Amino acid sequence: MSEILESTEIGRPMVRQDGPAKVRGLAPYAYEQPVQDPLHLHPVQSTIALGCIVSIDTSAAEALPGVVAVLTHENAPRLANTDDAELAVLQGHEVGFRGQFIGAVLAESPEVARQAAAAVVVDYEAEEHDADFRADHPQLTEPNAATADTFDGDVDTALRAAAHTVEATYTTPAEHNNPMEPHTTIALWDERGLTLYDSTQGPHPVRQTIAPVFGLQPDQVHVIAPHIGGGFGSKGLPHANVVLTALAAQRSGGRPVKLALTRQQMFTVAGYRTPTIQQVRLGADDDGRLSAVAMDAVEQTSKIKEFTEESGQPARMMYATPNRQVTQRLARLDIPVPSWMRAPGKCPGMFGPEVAMDEIAEACALDPIELRVRNEPESDPETGKPYSSRRLLDCLAEGAKRFGWDRRNARPGQRVQGRWRVGLGVAASTYPFLRQFSEAKVSYSADGTYAVHIGAADLGTGAWTALTQIAADALGVSAHRIRLEIGDTALPVASVAGGSSGTASWGAAIIAAADEFLAKFGVEPDPGAEVQTAAPRDSAQKEYAMHSFGAQFAEVCVNVDTGEVRVPRMLGVFSAGRIINAGTARSQFIGGMSMGIGMALHEQSVMDARFGSFVNHDFAEYHVPANADIADVDAVWLDEVDPLAGPLGARGIGEIGIVGAAAAVANATYNATGIRVRDLPLTPDKFL
Amino acid sequence: MDQNITLYVDGNRRPVTVDTRTTLLDALRDRLDVTSPKKGCDHGQCGACTVLLNGRRVTSCLVLAVAYDGADVTTAAGLGSDDELHPVQQAFLDRDGFQCGYCTPGQICSAVGMMEEAERGSPSHVSANLNDPVELTDEEIRERMSGNLCRCGAYVNIVAAIRQAADPEAEQIRQARAERQRNEPVLREDDAPTSYQVSVSGEEGR
Ligand code: FES
Ligand code: FES
Repeated sequence: MSEILESTEIGRPMVRQDGPAKVRGLAPYAYEQPVQDPLHLHPVQSTIALGCIVSIDTSAAEALPGVVAVLTHENAPRLANTDDAELAVLQGHEVGFRGQFIGAVLAESPEVARQAAAAVVVDYEAEEHDADFRADHPQLTEPNAATADTFDGDVDTALRAAAHTVEATYTTPAEHNNPMEPHTTIALWDERGLTLYDSTQGPHPVRQTIAPVFGLQPDQVHVIAPHIGGGFGSKGLPHANVVLTALAAQRSGGRPVKLALTRQQMFTVAGYRTPTIQQVRLGADDDGRLSAVAMDAVEQTSKIKEFTEESGQPARMMYATPNRQVTQRLARLDIPVPSWMRAPGKCPGMFGPEVAMDEIAEACALDPIELRVRNEPESDPETGKPYSSRRLLDCLAEGAKRFGWDRRNARPGQRVQGRWRVGLGVAASTYPFLRQFSEAKVSYSADGTYAVHIGAADLGTGAWTALTQIAADALGVSAHRIRLEIGDTALPVASVAGGSSGTASWGAAIIAAADEFLAKFGVEPDPGAEVQTAAPRDSAQKEYAMHSFGAQFAEVCVNVDTGEVRVPRMLGVFSAGRIINAGTARSQFIGGMSMGIGMALHEQSVMDARFGSFVNHDFAEYHVPANADIADVDAVWLDEVDPLAGPLGARGIGEIGIVGAAAAVANATYNATGIRVRDLPLTPDKFL
Repeated sequence: MDQNITLYVDGNRRPVTVDTRTTLLDALRDRLDVTSPKKGCDHGQCGACTVLLNGRRVTSCLVLAVAYDGADVTTAAGLGSDDELHPVQQAFLDRDGFQCGYCTPGQICSAVGMMEEAERGSPSHVSANLNDPVELTDEEIRERMSGNLCRCGAYVNIVAAIRQAADPEAEQIRQARAERQRNEPVLREDDAPTSYQVSVSGEEGR
């Protein structure tokens, strides 16, 4: 157990440090970095899902005034490493999914680049592709890199003997992260190597990934990303657009090359959440104690690169039961490569099981909260490890009190207001604690300020602010004496802003550097005094099951005539360890919950299997929540410090807000209408 | 085809050569290095590019620059002064009306334009009466701001920020009350109940 840092600045709702620049629009995102005389890049994308390019005619494109180069697999520079098929752009004539990059135009203006890209003529030899995701796909396979199946006890026998059972199929559709800032890169080669201004959640991870692709040493790749316009996972790993830009910049005569993906392109090459088909089976005795939990999930991945959404995870650890089965299978298709999206695994994996819990509560004539009370495990069901902290029941109790849960009528369809049926729903939420390797540097200047350097990234999480607060407390000075620098590989190594691990990982590094600094130089250091160090490793994660928990409460109205679902009220109560900044934390929780309302009501990326592409690839047809969709959404948290979660005692908050949100809304629609919808999103047709 | 035009951007005279296909947004971002307005979709679907064009809010990605020779363009960078934020900007900062900040300059220009529309009495889809003066209720704000998407999901705080800009005192009272409620002691580890019992059949709701 580490010593917990005392807080003065930590916990305060300190206003965002990057805020004044951002409300003016002056904080530079990747596209806005000042570079000299840039060229503009526009990709050419495949129009078949599988096959190869027979010929590619670039003459019309090249003839356009302003075109500098047209790159194809025939003339593009070779990459040093093509192991990652997603990143191996323009290295061969094969096509693995529709929309894959097969060329790119470099031009003096974005208008000309785009026009020229459309003028490239491609002849294909198409093969028969398979983009049809279904549970009975003939070739479902086990993932190569994912948690192995769980078989505890005997689920089938337990289900046969159970007093009450729920056996149903739940589905979640493909969803796209859709950060507001498009994935953007500016690439520039010079004698020192490659400079990338990139919209990324991890400058250092981009360097680590991109350097070998170009046969460079990591220190020959310089990644700069002070401000990122959202990511939600899609900017956690570099995608093909980063490689394409760097590749094209080898043909620019030393000029910087800019590529911002269009919104449409983001639906194919920037990652997305796989659809899931979840076969959930629960068995319970008359008292509502679970005798069996089974979750068999099917997902899709791209044949060119495996990605597994671990939606089986929550079923392994949420509730106590002697008999448990969890499996995950993949349909390998000729489709774009799925990737991380906010709370990968946990988010879709808490939909089916948490709706099934609502169903079995009703079968047992129990309140859904009481059902969860009766199935609270003593230790982690999967590993047997003790929990560092598990306060799910406190979250449920606190939320029930604040939300007015006692006013819920257990019988569905009883409450009507005008032309609306009204209902309340609840679901649990969870997200694991994760801490990763990071380093930080602290130095003192003559003006009395401390420079704190770490190559972390702020994609809207508030890292600029939270890390300033942490550094201030770690050094025992007020926040205005901290000068934080993040978002650059010139700064010490920091892990990705992902897995809700950023603040805990980077904060621990800053605390370690500050401790060492104070031990070496005391509180009156000489100007120039400097320490760089990594956070010590910590064994708690090996010995304990470490997860955050939460309870999501939703009130919904379902229109009697149109089937439209509205969410007038939603409350989340979270147990996430120490909260670093009360203001930005609340924003992140309610931001996750708002995205959860989108998942519940609107979001679905529609694959046209005949062509292998997502057809609703813009904001007009892929509806993310708009202002009028979100009403009273609020979040509170338990006042706590997790003494096992490193010196900060914080477990991370970026993702838990979306987990369980859609299940809470779905359960509320059942309470309102008596109609059980098991397929997201909860569109009007499903209630008519 | 290229064309020379002059824009007046945040009070500065900015002559610029544009392709006749160049949008106002691209003219600003790519040709004038005015990057306060953002590009989120290029199709008029997200609002990130909102500026005030001759005083009205528009999505600048749907406007061809060549059609607006001589026009006045105000971006979020030109709303306040160097050392003072515009009240709407200050309210976004105070109420944490953003996270990543990418939609924010558009939200703010849109809010400024929207408040002026409401002031003029221009009705929205949710206005009960087309002729009455507009009261900026939460419902009105949400409706009128729905052209500006925020993927970070800052809407609750965006609405609060606009309320604050419209009526700072009322919003201060409201926030203080909400803060008190939120800060009502939440369960601490020691006094947490070990089991939670609620009635199986709740009463008829509110
Ligand atoms: S960029 Fe103009 S509305 Fe989206
Ligand atoms: S603040 Fe990130 S999109 Fe609105």
